[in-house]
Amino acid sequence: MTIPKDIPEKWFPIILPLKRKKEGLSSSTKIRKRAEEERRVRANDREYNEKFQYASNCIMTSKYNIITFLAVNLFEQFQEVANTYFLFLLILQLIPQISSLSWFTTIVPLVLVLSITAVKDATDDYFRHKSDNQVNNRQSQVLIGGILQKEKWMNVRVGDIIKLENNQFVAADLLLLSSSEPHSLCYIETAELDGETNMKVRQSLSVTSELGDPNSLAQFNGEVVCEPPNNKLDRFCGTLYWKDCKYALSNQNMLLRGCVLRNTESCYGIVIFAGPDTKLMQNSGRTKFKRTSIDRLMNTLVLWIFGFLVCMGVILAIGNAVWEKEVGALFQSFLPWDPPVDNFLFSAFLSFWSYVIILNTVVPISLYVSVEVIRLGHSYFINWDRRMFCSRSNTAAEARTTTLNEELGQVEYIFSDKTGTLTQNIMIFNKCSINGHAYGEVMDIQGSLQKRAQPLDFSAWNPLADPGFCFYDQSLLEAVMVGEPAVHEFFRVLSLCHTVMSEEKSEGELVYKAQSPDEGALVTAARNFGFVFRSRTPGTITTQELGNALTYTLLAILDFNNIRKRMSVIVRNPEGRIRLYCKGADTVLFERLHSCDQELMNVTSDHLNEYAGDGLRTLAVAYRDLSEEQWEKWSERYRGADKATDCRDDRLAAAYEEIEQDMMLLGATAIEDKLQEGVPETIAILSLANIKIWVLTGDKQETAVNIGYSCKMLTDDMTEIFIVNGHTVQSVREELRKARERMLESARIRDGGKEAEAQGWGGACGFGNGCEGGAANCTPDESKCPAPQAPPSSLLESISGEFALVISGHSLAHALEADMEREFLETACACRAVICCRVTPLQKALVVELVKRHKKAVTLAIGDGANDVSMIKTAHIGVGISGQEGIQAVLASDYSFSQFRFLQRLLLVHGRWSYLRMCRFLCYFFYKNFAFTMVHFWFGFFCGFSAQTVYDQYFITLYNIVYTSLPVLAMGIFDQDVPEQRSLEYPKLYEPGQLNLLFNKREFFICIAQGIYTSVVLFFIPYGVLSHATQSNGVPLADYQTFAVTTATALVIVVSVQIALDTGYWTAINHFFIWGSLGTYFTILFAMHSSILFSIFPKQFHFLGSAHNTLGQPLVWLTIALATVICIVPVLAFRFLKLDLKPQLSDTVRYTQLVRQKKRKPCGRAGRGAGRAGAAGGSALGRLGRGGSRRSGYAFAHQEGFGELITSGKNMRLSSLALATFASRHSSSWIDTLRKKKHANSTSSHNTPTNGDDNTQAPPLSTASSATGSQDATPGEAGQVCNEPVLKNSPDDIALSVVRCAEREAGGCGAGTVQEAVFVERGAGPRTSGAGSPPAIAEETSSGE
Amino acid sequence: GKKQAGTGPLSRRPDNSAFKQQRLPAWSPSLTAQTVLPTFYILSLVCLLLGIWLVITVENTYQLKVDYTNSGSCERCFELRKNATNAKITCECLVNFNVPKLILGDVFFYYGLRNFHQNLRRYMDSRDDAQMVGRRKNLKTPSSYCAPPFDYDASGVPIAPCGAVANSMFNDSFIVMYHPTNARSALVPLYRKGIAWYTDKNVKFRNPPTNDTFSLQQAFEGTTQPLYWQRPVYDLDRSDPLNNGFINDDLIIWMREAAFPNFKKLYGILSRVQGLFTEGLPAGNYSISINYNYPVEYFRGRKEVVISTVSWFGGQNHFLPIAYLVTSGLILVTSIVLTSVYVKVGKKGKNMEE
Repeated sequence: MTIPKDIPEKWFPIILPLKRKKEGLSSSTKIRKRAEEERRVRANDREYNEKFQYASNCIMTSKYNIITFLAVNLFEQFQEVANTYFLFLLILQLIPQISSLSWFTTIVPLVLVLSITAVKDATDDYFRHKSDNQVNNRQSQVLIGGILQKEKWMNVRVGDIIKLENNQFVAADLLLLSSSEPHSLCYIETAELDGETNMKVRQSLSVTSELGDPNSLAQFNGEVVCEPPNNKLDRFCGTLYWKDCKYALSNQNMLLRGCVLRNTESCYGIVIFAGPDTKLMQNSGRTKFKRTSIDRLMNTLVLWIFGFLVCMGVILAIGNAVWEKEVGALFQSFLPWDPPVDNFLFSAFLSFWSYVIILNTVVPISLYVSVEVIRLGHSYFINWDRRMFCSRSNTAAEARTTTLNEELGQVEYIFSDKTGTLTQNIMIFNKCSINGHAYGEVMDIQGSLQKRAQPLDFSAWNPLADPGFCFYDQSLLEAVMVGEPAVHEFFRVLSLCHTVMSEEKSEGELVYKAQSPDEGALVTAARNFGFVFRSRTPGTITTQELGNALTYTLLAILDFNNIRKRMSVIVRNPEGRIRLYCKGADTVLFERLHSCDQELMNVTSDHLNEYAGDGLRTLAVAYRDLSEEQWEKWSERYRGADKATDCRDDRLAAAYEEIEQDMMLLGATAIEDKLQEGVPETIAILSLANIKIWVLTGDKQETAVNIGYSCKMLTDDMTEIFIVNGHTVQSVREELRKARERMLESARIRDGGKEAEAQGWGGACGFGNGCEGGAANCTPDESKCPAPQAPPSSLLESISGEFALVISGHSLAHALEADMEREFLETACACRAVICCRVTPLQKALVVELVKRHKKAVTLAIGDGANDVSMIKTAHIGVGISGQEGIQAVLASDYSFSQFRFLQRLLLVHGRWSYLRMCRFLCYFFYKNFAFTMVHFWFGFFCGFSAQTVYDQYFITLYNIVYTSLPVLAMGIFDQDVPEQRSLEYPKLYEPGQLNLLFNKREFFICIAQGIYTSVVLFFIPYGVLSHATQSNGVPLADYQTFAVTTATALVIVVSVQIALDTGYWTAINHFFIWGSLGTYFTILFAMHSSILFSIFPKQFHFLGSAHNTLGQPLVWLTIALATVICIVPVLAFRFLKLDLKPQLSDTVRYTQLVRQKKRKPCGRAGRGAGRAGAAGGSALGRLGRGGSRRSGYAFAHQEGFGELITSGKNMRLSSLALATFASRHSSSWIDTLRKKKHANSTSSHNTPTNGDDNTQAPPLSTASSATGSQDATPGEAGQVCNEPVLKNSPDDIALSVVRCAEREAGGCGAGTVQEAVFVERGAGPRTSGAGSPPAIAEETSSGE
Repeated sequence: GKKQAGTGPLSRRPDNSAFKQQRLPAWSPSLTAQTVLPTFYILSLVCLLLGIWLVITVENTYQLKVDYTNSGSCERCFELRKNATNAKITCECLVNFNVPKLILGDVFFYYGLRNFHQNLRRYMDSRDDAQMVGRRKNLKTPSSYCAPPFDYDASGVPIAPCGAVANSMFNDSFIVMYHPTNARSALVPLYRKGIAWYTDKNVKFRNPPTNDTFSLQQAFEGTTQPLYWQRPVYDLDRSDPLNNGFINDDLIIWMREAAFPNFKKLYGILSRVQGLFTEGLPAGNYSISINYNYPVEYFRGRKEVVISTVSWFGGQNHFLPIAYLVTSGLILVTSIVLTSVYVKVGKKGKNMEE
């Protein structure tokens, strides 16, 4: 469980109200629910339980059904301010005195909007129904009337007894009653619940463990009284009343919904919480509707525009009042005032509303629809992106929310989970150092040629080898074969000193159940090198050493714990000699070595440093020979300590300490916590894009820091890494304060001048280390320790980029308290990397919330497990890693894909484009509507403010939905300023989004100004020309209809030219839409003005013949041309000036692109202009940094206490799977004897033959049919993993590899390779990225580091 | 993604289409000096040439305005029309003007009104196109748009044509006389028909169906003339019975509302059949005898007669050529500024790309 017990209780009330699941409860139960103070459940008594009306196990996340859909959906839609506003306008238009426009000008778009949204909602809800149904209809076996019956999940009631089988999902929160395993243990995987993949043990109460068969269970009538439903995953308290006795229940007895039963044949449980009451559902919470910052800005702007609209209305109404009084009053004989209230003020009042109607087109409904359409388009592009498709897991990226895309282009903070997100949670035995000789270093000697070496083939000489294991260094295998004693001893340690359990499904098919993946990797390595751990009993370990089966007597396990950081076993080998084998963190182990080992220690230490520098988790291995009497003496003490009642742990530790002395060093191992592909590269690129990455993990500090190093978040070049680990408020505050002081100090020193620099921080800023690594690391020295610049206002800001903060969960609990959170935030934000370890899911959310609240920055949370759900929901954008087992994170997320590295594409390519497109879209959209609408305003001054429109009402209706909608949509969907490769090549291109440069209030006003300017031109040019013009046949052209047609045509042409200017990426679709819109305009114009329509509806289409008469006049065309020129030329001039004087990075990149294309020089790669971006990328890519600080990674996913489980024999059992297979094939008597044997085994003395042996000697099983999916998948997966490096490491030519990969995509190389190649090309430094990258870019890029 | 092939290992891989991968072939233009600056110069040149051409064209047209609101003998009529009760009293007056030199070509006579708002929303709405297209049903049931008091008269008889627009139809008439110095005065002959838009005359305005036995007057039976009219709609043109009813040219022209308060509408075209006027309008003195009916004092309006010739792009219009010339100049200035900026600053900026 990741939730430590010491999490302050007060956090829960904050979150709980948010997380209450409302759906699925009728109102009456809701009321009752609030009152529920305790829960009483009686087994096998549905009638009794029904009294309480507990929620059923049916979950419902959908919102509508067929009948309520229309009403509920419309109600919801009209809660949107915009929709209500348009409804209000529609009502206004129905009043004839006011209506300056026909009702259809509003209703057509409104109905369109409402129906599009309704269709979208309906489809969403349909899928929710579907997934609900799928879950609700899962089958489970329920004990009804003493018989096991198949029931759907939704029909399971509280109090039912359910039988679960291996690998089944737990249907509801169950109290475990009994299991098929000894001691009524059962194993569960809680990945969906809390994201942890290692298995957990649950045990039933001993009283109920006897209830093994349906008959006795049917008799069970115990009553459980427990707490009401809550969301605490790690806690359960209740009491079982049965047969007049009370038994306390704890979380240890519970199986929660969402868990999967593993390695357990079957078990029985009674349902305590069902459906919405389960802890899983209580934790899932209601999805908060997320809005993007653009959305919020847009809403503000729309409000402003409404304000503007009212102002315009008021101005025009005043104008109308004045006009009516001065002029209209005199004109009354021709046009009397409206009869009801015969005065000019009333006329002005009406005129106000009329103008509100006319001018409402500044915010057309189509704005909202178009925004939705564009976002939907962008979402589809994400879904369709092949380069975000993972061929291994067959999952494509998915935009689960379609409303957040442009925010992806503005992310400033990324909060990432570790396990499963940054890492694959796969440990790989990568290198080792044995007796001073390093193995596994293949690549460094002969470069890339060797990298393609095939992994060693173990199967040839070792039938028990794990085919999934990869090792590339032939010499180690040779050493084993030659029989070097040290090497043998080394692997012997690995095969003996661990707490792994083995399972042999059939002869030779070993499966290890490792508590920590590190151990699994080590034991697997030993296995492949011929030291096969086969089975264990509480007192023995059976191995097969180079083909010979040996049984060691296990004398003691000196278990691991956090303080010791090591574990040992003491075994008696078949020859009878006693030996202690120890593995542990080098720091603790080296202190306990025999003094004669000094030399070897030095060599090994060098190797360890090397490994640590590579980001590997290291472990030292040693042994000690014990004489018989030493052992006797010690075991005496040990037994004494073991039996002690007080301070047992301390005494044991002291005893252990005593024996673990004078050990002989054997060597060291280096395990790679296999990162997800491309993680360091992705992190490097993202941080170049000025995105800060925080890692929030439930893991231990050591592990987290280790991963920080291996994914280059932490580097040895960092000035300092602060570790905040305090347990009290004071200590945390103190530590934070110190960290800040240190930062300020170093900044001050740096500013202070050179002499200060020399003494002050020469040591701190690890130059030496940085340079050792190679040229790539050497160049960016100035950027790592920035040259003295003018200090920014806040010192904290100036020093970012040199520090890192590691904070643990309990410190975080204090740091997040109201009075300290600002301090924490300031400190953390000044650091380049922040790692929070041992945090609970809730804390993850709180951290995100904190940044979100105080930093006003866009946050993104990425994770894969259910423990990340809260953070995913809290962040502006939640990303779920899919393709893993748990899907909770994905379900809660806004975007999902299967590899962390796709994040760079999501943000830098899709996000950036989305933001750009949305901004350009909005700018243009506001522009075109102001240009369109404001013409009415100017006309008001000439038509007595009478709210006469300039255009035909059909034009007004269609302008936004037909004439000008598609070109801008096409731009909003397809536009690209620079090609996608460039966005990855120049991560700085991402910055405008973070700074919100492309669409903000300033840009908005510029657009509006441009729109108003255009409207002025569009009104006054035709006015000037037409007011006295005549046709060439003498007929005046100054009539209203001609003017309307001229202005409208000029408007359509001007905005079309403008969109043509704005479109940066003319695809065929853009051409089609732009030309098509113009074509459509003229077609519809002529159709509307045709005599056919007039003869049918003379009242409606009274513009008969206008188009024909007007557009046939050269004068009109001259007018339109002039208006267009006057509108466009200033825009063009300003853009050109801006480009000339203040080019944006994207402009420069674009220009470079253009030049490149022109020169037809395929990225010249001469080494000119050493791009810093390249250099930094290079350092991120290669494992060049040789760390000074050694980071031992003993394991640190380890749990203590497993040794005890082993020696006590609790854990020992036959392979349940094998048993199951047997059960189906052999007579029951056979099973009985087996069972008896098994039972005897687990309790009998140490020297009986082991279960494992028993098992292997059993008749070979033809199939292991019920093998779990995951186990089956492992070898294949691992095999593919092996292939990756081969592909990954062949980046000779970008173009070539892109092409190659395009071909290979089918072969499983995956889109990632392409990216990889792109990255490599870029990252390889001067050779490539120097080609066209101007120094300016390089400077810009590096200054942000 | 693709749904085909069900469970294959890559079954969910998105299609590799250029569209889905956002790799559609595209043209990405960008503003460079090489494109923008020449465009500006060319644009400036084009505008200049157009402007010059238009100036020359406009110089060849001629326009003469005679304001007769209260000039000359019309002062009397002007005063008379101030009082609405005198509406039935006819008033005739004479205005003289001089044409300094021969106006060659087709000469158009317009009446002009100033400060008359034909573009008020309620005014423009106050008409019934369905009625004027001669639909029998609509004839007697004017649309609600012809708001009171222009839909039915005091006794409830429907008005045809209804609405404020038709009601306020201009009803002055002119007789133009030429007074050569050495000859008798001559009537200037005007075409008063075929001066409306073809579509208006032939589609938009139609009389109710008539035949030999069923006269236009009968067709309009049951309706009454608009309040301010002196004669019913079927009797507008006594000289030509075919120019009566809704298809009367003056009515049609009036019904085409002007966009701005100062406007002119075509009254007639010089008939160049007769000897004196074959060339055009000869130089000399002219007089217009006006049947002064239309009151403008109420709304402080002015009335005028405009005599004009046209070129290929219509009547005299100084705005457009000047606008073109000014635009040309501005563009030229802009392009010079842009060029100098580009040469001084921009080039340096661009250099960094190399």
